[in-house]
Amino acid sequence: MLQTEIKVTPQLAAEHGLTPDEYARIRKILGRDPNFTELGVFSVMWSEHCSYKSSRAHLKRLPTRGARVVQGPGENAGVVDIGDDLVAVFKIESHNHPSFVEPFQGAATGVGGILRDIFTMGARPIAVLDSLRFGPIEKGAGADGATPEEIARNRRIVDGVVRGIGFYGNCFGVPTVAGEVMFEPCYANNPLVNALALGIARKKDLFFARARGVGNPVIYAGAKTGRDGIHGASLLASAEFSEESQQKRPNVQVGDPFMEKLLLEACLEAMQTGAVAAIQDMGAAGLASSSSEMASRGGLGIEMDLDRVPQRETNMTPYEMMLSESQERMLLVAERGREREVFDVFHKWGLDAVEVGRVTDDGILRLRHQGRVAAEIPAHALAEEGPRYERPIAAAPPAESQGPLVEFAADGIDLTENFRRLLASPAIASKEWITEQYDSMVRTNTQSGPGAGDAAVLRLKETKRALAIKTDGNGRWCFLAPRLGAMHAVVEAARNVACTGARPIAATNCLNFGNPEKPEVMWQFTEAIDGIAEACRVLETPITGGNVSFYNETLGKPIYPTPILGVLGVLEDAECALGSGFRNEGDLIVMLDASAAVSRTEAAREFGSSEYAKTIYGIVAGAPPALDLAAEKRLIDCLVMLASERAILSAHDVSDGGVAVTLAECCFDGIGDDGTFFSAEANIDFDDGPAECAVFGERGGRVIVSVSPSSLARVTAIAAQYGLQTRQVGRVTRGAFRIQLKGIPAIHGAVHSFREIWAGSLGKALAGV
Amino acid sequence: MKFGVVQFPGSNCDDDACFAIRSVLAQPAEFIWHQSEDVSGFDAIILPGGFAFGDYLRTGAIARFSPVMRAVTRFAKSGGLVLGICNGFQILLEAGLLPGAMLRNKRLRFLCRQVHVRIENTDTPFTRAARPGQILKMPIAHMEGNYFCDPATLAESERNKQIVFRYVHPDGRPAGPDDFDANPNGALAGIAGISNRERNVVGLMPHPERAVELALNSVDGLVIFRSIVESLSQQPAPRTAAERVPA
Repeated sequence: MLQTEIKVTPQLAAEHGLTPDEYARIRKILGRDPNFTELGVFSVMWSEHCSYKSSRAHLKRLPTRGARVVQGPGENAGVVDIGDDLVAVFKIESHNHPSFVEPFQGAATGVGGILRDIFTMGARPIAVLDSLRFGPIEKGAGADGATPEEIARNRRIVDGVVRGIGFYGNCFGVPTVAGEVMFEPCYANNPLVNALALGIARKKDLFFARARGVGNPVIYAGAKTGRDGIHGASLLASAEFSEESQQKRPNVQVGDPFMEKLLLEACLEAMQTGAVAAIQDMGAAGLASSSSEMASRGGLGIEMDLDRVPQRETNMTPYEMMLSESQERMLLVAERGREREVFDVFHKWGLDAVEVGRVTDDGILRLRHQGRVAAEIPAHALAEEGPRYERPIAAAPPAESQGPLVEFAADGIDLTENFRRLLASPAIASKEWITEQYDSMVRTNTQSGPGAGDAAVLRLKETKRALAIKTDGNGRWCFLAPRLGAMHAVVEAARNVACTGARPIAATNCLNFGNPEKPEVMWQFTEAIDGIAEACRVLETPITGGNVSFYNETLGKPIYPTPILGVLGVLEDAECALGSGFRNEGDLIVMLDASAAVSRTEAAREFGSSEYAKTIYGIVAGAPPALDLAAEKRLIDCLVMLASERAILSAHDVSDGGVAVTLAECCFDGIGDDGTFFSAEANIDFDDGPAECAVFGERGGRVIVSVSPSSLARVTAIAAQYGLQTRQVGRVTRGAFRIQLKGIPAIHGAVHSFREIWAGSLGKALAGV
Repeated sequence: MKFGVVQFPGSNCDDDACFAIRSVLAQPAEFIWHQSEDVSGFDAIILPGGFAFGDYLRTGAIARFSPVMRAVTRFAKSGGLVLGICNGFQILLEAGLLPGAMLRNKRLRFLCRQVHVRIENTDTPFTRAARPGQILKMPIAHMEGNYFCDPATLAESERNKQIVFRYVHPDGRPAGPDDFDANPNGALAGIAGISNRERNVVGLMPHPERAVELALNSVDGLVIFRSIVESLSQQPAPRTAAERVPA
């Protein structure tokens, strides 16, 4: 029996993830029962992944406008003006569930998907960033009793994801320039793989996914359609994991970066002919979403003859063709009479390009198959009239946050051993083992790649400007206080961008949360939205796009709420870009301080959420550090000014591991060609808190800069203009690495011995996989 | 003088090579499509890095059958200068224009990092502007850079001074066989680049086109391009401003 003849029942609708109410609405929209193909198309388009039904009501609170914003949320990617008639096109997206089920292909196709979103808009991708979260990869206080088998499995997931990202980006020819990796027990059964892509276009060359011109041909281009990835968006991305999740492997797509490279070149070349009216990639929900969204945005209809769709397998049904998530495919609307120009370009690149339908004026997505109508659905109903839910919200601060706080070691105790353990922890150790598996330099724009600065810096060959970009997000902090934690994600990404000397101008976000049908998860979500909104407003970095990923739970246990923020900045003069590493022996080490003074009790509470508390004491408690958004904005403005005045030589923000780790990283990152590197001599005499707090605390709003002695007065004066304290911390040396607290030794050792621990530990943990 | 940069489907360093020649060296360069069999008018041809035809089989194994490779082979046999970078090197090996073969990196992972190579022979059109023994810092980015050949071929290459670039430590110390810090892919005899017997064809794994501007953290690759310009023009090519800045 043909699948199209399968009788649609309420039960079948339920198996497609549609609620009785949703099914009733479908019947009302159609004025009849849907057939099997129509049910499938509705189920993917109305899935959480495609319709944002739980999040849309809240996403409206995010600031999306700004003087530089050319295109906000709602298109394939956000677009901002970067001057000289150029625009930056960027977006971050998740591929979490596929990366757990099949780490290599899941991560690879995550990169492929976000790249298509960028070049669909006419922009050439110039960089990829990845924000990754995994379960623990070694035993220790922070591993929450993970078994050796669990740790081994987590390592295999890390390895697969890293290989997958490299496989796709390296072959496609886009540099993977930055990102972050964290390890927490909550991600063991639900790793996070968020990929951000950035592209550049001339403003006048932008393309949009809006069908126009009744009668214009609809062209299918790129890879053939197979049975892979069917229901990726609905069953894989929009449901929790259970014990049977491994059976979902057939729902994961398979990536072909070579095909995508050809598709990129062909699309950009076809766009230049002037014969392309609209274009949309086939990502989640494949042909169903690309056709209905293009039609809906243009206020038109699209009619397709599915027999003409290039197919990789025989006897594919309309249902399978519409729901397939085969990769590396595009749907275009061409100007009538100019189809040949489009075909010629695709054929030059050895790709299929076939006219599969035309634009109509009736607003209907109509599919024909083997001489009969296989589906007839109002396109607008599919793309825009999906359900919207105001899910119940219940504040339920997790019990753990009331857990015991750190009992501080006595002041005056030597902290060197704890410092070593911190340097070796996967969260803090060098990520070189990962980043050197990615081509970070192709396209020769990478001025500052992995490990060289707080954010990646990409020069723009067309101008003297450069772009800086970084992702950040601290799930542990969002778990303890979602609103404050989410603010930190925005602030840290923006601060990192500013540490290169770039002015943050816009943001994109990937919101990774648990099951939205749980009121406490929904509470975390709305709190995080409010935090992001407030921080983005103060820092003047509007959200231009992004993605929501719900149902990140396995067996009922959600991940930490993990909003990931990607912030983009512009450097007016690429030559003023700053790295994080020290530059010269004898330079002064200065801290720019925008943090608010806190009491000893408050400091202890904040310290419970630090990397140190987790790694050394196994404690995750208390609250994220307090934030003064206005002061953070002044700090960012000050950094931009200091860089453009060439008043400072390096800048690195104080984050995981506090001042001690930050100083060490400044030494490690400053390694010279001759293989020798710098060291530091520091005395912290401005912190009255407990010793561990002063050395390892993660209070925000602080940046370590290095300054030539002759510039100190100028730096202090500029900082004062922005209302910031400058604190003299020490100087850059070639001797031992030494940190004192009010003159009492706290950390002491040879800098190369510390560097060895930091540089080698991730590779050691992962070498055997 | 005109450079040609071959574009295979999947080449992804073609733009970078072209940019280095046009914008940094201020020399004319044009792309050559993989289906073209005509390379007349070009004085030097570059096979750029990337993943020609996806490299899903063996690197360069399919690209060598492209129509353009017939023209490149004729061009090389008649003494034309051909430089293969990374994937371009792999293709030259597959095409038999250079001796030996490429294995996967010893640790079976893609590696992108800065390496140091020593120029072993300055008597080639690609290195004549360099000092003997000059050490260049350039990046690698590949999965298959573990050069291999049989002992007879190696002996012959040594005898003919066909080994042009060798991986070394930053201070010039030679890299041992398992010295992954200096020879990260485990290449035989530390070979990073070789020439044919006639020295008009050279392939190397590091990317000189990624080391031509201070903004990219190294200008050491320029000496290779300048050598080509000198060879073709038969007069010294001036150093660029970036190269004159002391390191």
